[in-house]
Amino acid sequence: MAVDARKALAYRFEPLVVTAERGRLAFFAQATGQPDPVYADLAAAQTAGHPDLPIPPSFYFSLELERPDPFGWLTALDVDLRRVLHGEQSFTYHAMAHAGDVLTLRSRITGVAAKKGGALELLTKQTSVTRDAQPVAEAVSVIVVRNPEAGR
Amino acid sequence: MTVPSLSAVTPGAVTAGAVAAGTELPPLAVDPISRATLALFAGASGDHNPIHLDLDVARSAGLDDVFAQGMLSMAYLGRLLTNWVPQERLRSWRVRFAAITPVHAQPTCTGRVLSVTDGLAALEIEVTLPDGTVTLKGDAVVDVTGKPDRLTA
Repeated sequence: MAVDARKALAYRFEPLVVTAERGRLAFFAQATGQPDPVYADLAAAQTAGHPDLPIPPSFYFSLELERPDPFGWLTALDVDLRRVLHGEQSFTYHAMAHAGDVLTLRSRITGVAAKKGGALELLTKQTSVTRDAQPVAEAVSVIVVRNPEAGR
Repeated sequence: MTVPSLSAVTPGAVTAGAVAAGTELPPLAVDPISRATLALFAGASGDHNPIHLDLDVARSAGLDDVFAQGMLSMAYLGRLLTNWVPQERLRSWRVRFAAITPVHAQPTCTGRVLSVTDGLAALEIEVTLPDGTVTLKGDAVVDVTGKPDRLTA
């Protein structure tokens, strides 16, 4: 089923105010096999000059998922989650952020494109992360929706 | 050209003088991805999409098995980069998820400097499987000046 591009581009995400918890970051380090104690041990992080555990480079994507219904925007656009693939992901940084920082995430859908006669639809979602109204990071995700029947 | 070895150097010691086009990052090989890893990463990353966890859901979507979250491999690539330089030197990076990572796959992360301009190194980065499949392909921009960093202030 095709995504309604106009509906997608008009979709409004509520701003998300979120704090990365220290224990969660330590769990993320464990789950990703990260042996560097800077990412899991407060004393090691402080010795390296950080005020608390640093938010690792790809974790901003996880902060986006802290919404009560993180895939709700997809279901609102009538997308079957089983047909979704992550196509591309990028991050740009303006400042380091750490456990305990209060971060605000603002997301919007900036692009809808069809490929292969509609068999693939690409949704681009852009998220800006700020702390005290100062930029911390930008994240851009391209989500691929597979519509195998459309290509036939 | 001669490729300086950085494997014995601490991240903070990577400087523009030691980095040039062709410099390779020490590769990062990770353990085969188990179903337990997928479950732990789902919890830690907040991506609870059952397609990565629940064989019934994977089969209902026409797949033979679950597959790894793309962001798990991107996190491994993040480790490759922060092993090489302190994280505050990483300015930007992007990846394309080129192929699915099956459960039990054993990814290796590699990176190579393409150019160094004004203290910023442009890198190509990749995740590959033992059969040669490239699962993630992308690029990164890293500050290699070694100057006190604006981001840590």
